[in-house]
Order: sequence, then structure tokens, then C-alpha cells
Amino acid sequence: MILIGERINGLFRDVAEAIQAKNPEPIQRLAVTQTEAGATYLDINTGPAVADPATVMPWLVKTVEEVVDTPLCIDAAKLPAIEAGLKAVTKSRPIINSTIAEREQLEKYLTMARDYGAYLIALTMNRRGVSRDAADRLAMAMEIVVTADELGFSVSDLFIDPLVLPVNVGQEHAVEVLETIRQIKTLADPPPRTVVGLSNVSQGCPHRLLLNRTFVSMAMGSGLDAAIADVFDTQLVETVAAGRVLLNKEIYSDAFLQSVKKRSPK
Amino acid sequence: MSFELHREKFPCRISEVEIGAGVAGNGQRFLQVGGASTLPFLSFDGPSGHLPVIGMEVWDVVPELWPAPLENIFGPVAGDPVEWARHCAQEWGAEFICLRLRGADPELNDASPEACATLARDVLDATGVPLVVLGCGNDAKDNVVLQKVSETCAGRRCLIGPVTSDNYRTIAAAAMVNGHLVIAQSPVDVNMQKQICVLLNDLGVPQTQIVMDPTTGGLGYGLEYTYSVMERVRLAALQGESSLALPMIVFCGFEAWRAKEAKTGPTDGVVQGVAWEALTAGTLLQAGADMVVMLHPEATRVVREHVKALAGGEMTL
Repeated sequence: MILIGERINGLFRDVAEAIQAKNPEPIQRLAVTQTEAGATYLDINTGPAVADPATVMPWLVKTVEEVVDTPLCIDAAKLPAIEAGLKAVTKSRPIINSTIAEREQLEKYLTMARDYGAYLIALTMNRRGVSRDAADRLAMAMEIVVTADELGFSVSDLFIDPLVLPVNVGQEHAVEVLETIRQIKTLADPPPRTVVGLSNVSQGCPHRLLLNRTFVSMAMGSGLDAAIADVFDTQLVETVAAGRVLLNKEIYSDAFLQSVKKRSPK
Repeated sequence: MSFELHREKFPCRISEVEIGAGVAGNGQRFLQVGGASTLPFLSFDGPSGHLPVIGMEVWDVVPELWPAPLENIFGPVAGDPVEWARHCAQEWGAEFICLRLRGADPELNDASPEACATLARDVLDATGVPLVVLGCGNDAKDNVVLQKVSETCAGRRCLIGPVTSDNYRTIAAAAMVNGHLVIAQSPVDVNMQKQICVLLNDLGVPQTQIVMDPTTGGLGYGLEYTYSVMERVRLAALQGESSLALPMIVFCGFEAWRAKEAKTGPTDGVVQGVAWEALTAGTLLQAGADMVVMLHPEATRVVREHVKALAGGEMTL
């Protein structure tokens, strides 16, 4: 399972302040500590407050790549910011986060991902908004897969995000997301991969960590490949490690927890 | 209609390790092993790394109750391990020497750590080829003996062990400090193989200083178990199990000659033990063995030719 560390995001005050002050230190610390905690990718988002995300994004990429080898997930609402980020990447193959399943936008993002050799996260939503149930989500996932195939983008490089909603807002969605994750694997061979924004499930709820950990193990059981998550929650990372062993994705050893921790940044 | 060969691509690569180091003046050779991105000898799938290397085993004591074919060959040199090793390297083409310190066993000769270490250094100096040093199997004694060997042969990049998940700290630390490599051993068990490798990583031993010993079963005595474990380990490693992405060493001579079939059979023509040893090695080469330790010179020669042929060369029998 790919764990994408969520912390380098301008929505968090420390990151917003560091971006504002062009101070690399807090961002580099988050890059190193998330990697050591078990992040296999690092999400990078300038946040909504910056005036020119297309200038800030390359700075963020450079700042992070100075201290870690961990690959990046370039996260922005607008295409120019993403493209500027992609141009700045010098290390591993990045993930683009993300496009909606609207034909015109899909084509632009798929072409960009193909040209830059990046993976792409595509959301099962369109201009009308989030789907109600699994069938709706799957219809959009199918559109994403077909468009990717048409444009010669490898379907296994797609990460489809079935959109997790907070359980206190849309309780009925969690189970639909799990069903979608299962069904997405039947859409193509080789199948697309799946990703969720895990912390969304517990947004605004008490006992957030418990909800996150429980949902991640349920989603892994349904076949989830990746999660954008809070890797500073040690028990979450340990749950994922145990899940990988129980799903026979990793060879068991008595030291199975040691093997996910203590990742070195470089 | 054109035919396109299906190529099996793996995302990961076995780590490349270097055994042996030159010191000024003695021209010592070194070996590179590992580095494969494919299954053994399938070079059409991708880079298959360094060819397996074939070494020979030398004991510090005269083995008791040797089968006649071994005694006939080694009899004249068996009492002198340095001479025995020199013969292996210079007459019989051993690419490395594996010195088994049986005599250190408190139940046997209880040889002192200093004597063992001096012997290891003398073998290194006399042969000019890289050295593997094995303890006697008594954990407490091996800890002091292999530590002393590490210090005395510092900087020569010997491969030292074995270490197991029950006993690894002292030997691995000594090896690291003195620039050697360690043999991570498991009892024919993929889970325990991973365990010892994770523990060594945790201790800080780099991937370039570990070789795995999945424990060899000779032909007829567990060979298929060893094969399955090695195959599972190698496939997992190539698919991304990084703690197992390491070269493997197998002790074919020692295990094959323990079989009663190796010691019996016709006394003229092909010695059955030689065939037994060569078949054990040939099988494990297919499972991913990177370092093969042999006993009989003729079996060693046959296996070397076999590797040459598998790599696309001519085989001379």
C-alpha cells in the first residue's frame, strides 16, 4: 500500500506561514519526518491562500527534494500550478493530484501526465458534483479508464479516487466507496489503481484517528492501493503494515513492524 | 506474422555486493555478486547481474570419516588448511575459499580465537582470492572467534557468519566495524529469512554487506525445500520486497557429501558423490544461488562449465 503523507499542504497553518515567509525549514522538517514515519510519497499543496501557486509550487518541490528522495504527489486545483511543479521535479516519477471526470479536463490532464511520465489521480466526480452511490462512481471511473486508453495513457498508471465523505455528513457514502474500490478492479486488465483521501472520512468528527484506522483496513480489504493520510499516526501506519501482511502482499516476519518504520529520507 | 517475445519485467534489482579487497602488494582479487533484475540465466528478460561464482570449502581440521573420493584427493593436504586452500585456488580454480572453522568447537579442538584468526589471515595471504569464514556452530564460541577473525582480517572484505535471528549482534557489529560482509542464515524458511535481514537492516548493516544463506538441503535431503524457499525469496525480492533483495550463498559440497548415496555407488568411472554434488549445485543455480560452495574439484569443474554453458558459452565435459 502506498501511503501519501498529507502534511505539506497550505491548509495547515505552519505550512502556510512557511510559504508566506519563503522559509524552507518547516517544510523540509515535514518532508523528513513524514518519510521516516512511513510515507512512500509526499503530497505537496500550496493551499488556497497563495497569490500565484505556479511560482510557489516549484519552490516547494525544490525545497522538499533537497532533503528527501521520497517521490512527490503534486496537488493543486489548477493545471498551471501542477505543470510548474512537474517541471521542477528532478527525482522520482511524481503523481498528479488531481482531475475530475469531465471529458475536456480529463484529456488535458491525461496528456500532461503522459508527456511528463507522471501517474494521475482522477476523481469520480464531475461538474454536477459527487456521485451518490457506487454505480454512479463506477460509471465515471469507466469514463476515466476509456479516455485514458484512447489517449494511450497506461491504465495501470491511473489512480482512481472514489471520493470519501465525512461520516458525520454522508454516512451512506463509506460503504459505497468500499464497493466502488472492489468494482474498479474489474474495469480493465491490468486494472487502474485506487486511492482515497483517508482523513476526509473523519473530518469534523470526534475519535478521528479511530475512524481513519478502521476505514483504512476496510478499504485495504476491498483492494485499496493508496491513501493520502496522516502518517504521523503511528497506529495507522502499523495498521497498514499489518494489513499488508494479512493480505499476503508482504512476506511475514516477526519484525514486520520494523520493516515499515525507520525509512531513511535519502 | 511477426513473433514478439514476452519479456518478464520486474521492478526491483538484487543488491550488488563486493567480496574481497586488494591490499598493496599481494594483488588480491575481488568478486562482485548479485545485481540481477531477472530470474537466473534469463538474460533475454533483462540484466541478469553477475554470473554465479564457484568457491571451494576448506576445513581447519582433518574431517573424520571422510568418504574415500574426498580422502583420496585431499589426503595429502588435509592436515594443512593453508596448503589445502592454496591448492583449491591455484590448482582447482576456486574463485573464493570458504574456511570452515570446525576446530573452534569446544566439543572438538576448542581452537583459540587467535589461532582461528591467524589461520584465516594466512589463507587470505596464501591464496589471493576472497574468503568466506564460517564459525563452528556454537553461538558463544562463534561470537568470540568471528569477532577476532574480523579484527585480524580488517579491511579485507571477507564474508563472515552465519548469523541468525537468535545470534547476530556481536558478529554483525564486528563485521561492520572492520569492513566485512555477513551471512544471514535462516532454517529453510522464507519468514525467518526476512526476519534476520530486517534485524540486520535495523542494526545498520547496509544492503551491500549482506549475503543470505537459506540453508542448503542436498539432493534427496531437502533440496526441493531449499529450491522453493530460494525461488520464493528471489521472486519476492524482484517484485519489491527490498529486505530480501540480496545475493544468496549455498553450501553444496558439505550437504551433498552427507548423503549416503554420495558415499556409495560404483567405485570406477564417475564417482557418484561428484554427480550428487554437481546436481545439487546445478539445481540451486536455477533457484538463484549467487555463490556456490563446493568440495570435490571435479564437481567444482563441472559446475563451472555448467555456468559457462548457461551463460551462452561452450561446455567442456
